[in-house]
Amino acid sequence: MLEIRDLHAEIEGHEILKGVNLTVRAGEVHSIMGPNGSGKSTLAQVLAGHSAFTVTKGEVLYEGEDLLALPPEERAQKGVFLAFQYPVELPGVGTNYFLRTALNSIRKARGLEDIDAVDFLKLVREKAKFVDLDERLLNRAVNEGFSGGEKKRNEIFQMAVLEPKLAILDETDSGLDIDALRIVSDGVNKLRSPERAVVVVTHYQRLLNYIVPDFVHVLVDGRIVKSGGKELALELESKGYGWIAPANARTNNRPAVASAH
Amino acid sequence: MDTLTQVQSSYQAQFEQALSRRKRNEPGWLSNIRSRAMDRFSDVGFPTTEDEDWRFTNVDRIGQTPFLASQKPLRIPSPQQCAELVCTENAAACIVFVDGYFSAELSDLKGLSDGVRVTDVAQALVKDGAFLQEHLCRYADTDRDAFVALNAALFGCGAVVHVSPGVIVEKPIHVVFISTASAEATACHPRNLIVAEANSQVAVVESYVAVADSVYFTNAVTEVVAGENAVVEHYMIERDAPSSYNVSTLRVEQHRNSNFASHSILLGGSLVRNNVHPVLNGEGAQSLLNGLYVLGGDQHADNHMRVEHAKPHCDSRQYYKGIMDDESHAVFAGRIIVHKDAQKTDAKQSNMNLLLTDRAQIDTKPQLEIYADDVKCTHGATIGQIDANAVFYLRSRGLSEQDARNLLIYAFVGESLSRMKQESLRLSVEALVLARLPRAGELRESRG
Repeated sequence: MLEIRDLHAEIEGHEILKGVNLTVRAGEVHSIMGPNGSGKSTLAQVLAGHSAFTVTKGEVLYEGEDLLALPPEERAQKGVFLAFQYPVELPGVGTNYFLRTALNSIRKARGLEDIDAVDFLKLVREKAKFVDLDERLLNRAVNEGFSGGEKKRNEIFQMAVLEPKLAILDETDSGLDIDALRIVSDGVNKLRSPERAVVVVTHYQRLLNYIVPDFVHVLVDGRIVKSGGKELALELESKGYGWIAPANARTNNRPAVASAH
Repeated sequence: MDTLTQVQSSYQAQFEQALSRRKRNEPGWLSNIRSRAMDRFSDVGFPTTEDEDWRFTNVDRIGQTPFLASQKPLRIPSPQQCAELVCTENAAACIVFVDGYFSAELSDLKGLSDGVRVTDVAQALVKDGAFLQEHLCRYADTDRDAFVALNAALFGCGAVVHVSPGVIVEKPIHVVFISTASAEATACHPRNLIVAEANSQVAVVESYVAVADSVYFTNAVTEVVAGENAVVEHYMIERDAPSSYNVSTLRVEQHRNSNFASHSILLGGSLVRNNVHPVLNGEGAQSLLNGLYVLGGDQHADNHMRVEHAKPHCDSRQYYKGIMDDESHAVFAGRIIVHKDAQKTDAKQSNMNLLLTDRAQIDTKPQLEIYADDVKCTHGATIGQIDANAVFYLRSRGLSEQDARNLLIYAFVGESLSRMKQESLRLSVEALVLARLPRAGELRESRG
């Protein structure tokens, strides 16, 4: 489904990704872990199409198509979804309207009719319940005045409504209490299916107790330096990242060693 | 004689003509006010950018154009035309002026209940002399502002709205100024008076529209008296022709526990100056100044607030928002004056601007003058472009870039619209604002 080959990306002249290779097949859940500043969020944002980053080398194929050639909205329309690390507040934009517009633009790209108002309301109610999101939040502006946990749940809620094929979760677990973490994980687990893939970017192993990955990759200084099964995450939890990071990865004065907490 | 002096003496000539014409009808007290105002204007002339209050707005284009006094129109618009220009559905009453002349044909004053009077100022002077003497030209300061002085000297039309004590007027009263395109550049100086007596409630909508484009100058003054515990809403909806000039002054006298709201919507005109000057002159008075300006081309709009806290325990709120496209230029000056006795004043001011191009310009300037020691005054201004992260967020959910930008622009103005209490007005203002934004209609239901 997703094939990342030798991906290099920079922001304002600083190279962040230095040759990432990753293959994700339908039905799989991959976890990307790594210390702060290793490029995890950059990878997520590049996949979603943030214009602040420039891809200098490499390619990304999504269902065989050149993903990097597509504008962000077309990626979304083709089923790519990014749950933001820092969801943006949109004062004055009603959550319901926003979501219906998003859903309809995706449906349109798939050759479907606009969803009618009644069906939409039903769908939204069901999915809100699913992530235990207070329905009243839906009548408010997107993320405005939401708590940190509400914002993260809102991301998962959007994911549940939009039903992407490839979901990328960028540190969705950070700052969540255990209840919220369970809710978010449930949301992701219910989305798991043989046709879908999930890439979970996280700093903490804790999330992976709830979303059990098929593969764990360690990203350090812009490269995946180690890959393994779910037991790799536990090893990282107990030993930290230090034992993994090769000395030559410590360029740019970026600390390659960070504790897991 | 240079152009400026020529223009000034032409106003003097207009004044003398009008004086001889009005001699029989006009009461002495008003003639005195007019003479003093004319003298004042002749002394000071139009302001220049040397004057701090006019630093960012150059009115030479007004000062150097020899405007003729507006003439009674040969053809007035049909009622259908009028209805297309201004939506006055759901109005308690509607008083219409065409090129500065009261139009009985287009006005509808029949449905008013007892205790509410809406009249042309010229008629009111005849029928209601004592009442007018008490209020007319008593509030807006001819010494401070040359435009106010010129208006006092020359005004010939305008609406008088008088709401008796305890009377609630539920639907808005519309005051409409229509300009028909004339070959000559003409000037009109409307003078409105709105008096809401104690415990009354009223909303008045002042609209400026044009049948077609032409060079004209509107120099309007509206005086509002909000009696004790009265609730007054004033809407200024400025949709003048592209080549026109509009200088409007709203002066509000607020008594104890009165609640006043001003909504200024500036959409049209070439050069527009909007002065809003409430004086909170009774304990517990509240004032909301809500404004929205949407500019494009080379439009210039200047919003000049002067909020005076004269008594303790008063609240004022200024919320002005603007969107500037192309090479347009906006100015916001918000002066808050807290007098010595006005303890426990709570005054807030916010001015937010969205610049859609690199060439658009905003000058924003707060000014606080505080002579009391126990007050709360805050101010803030923002100038920004559309948030790139917000656009990306929307695009990552499948919206096109254009849709994302429009949605964010519309959301920005939504807050200003939501402060308008009269729903029918809010909807018609929304439609007017949307018409200025691309892909308008689809955004209507987007507000959160």
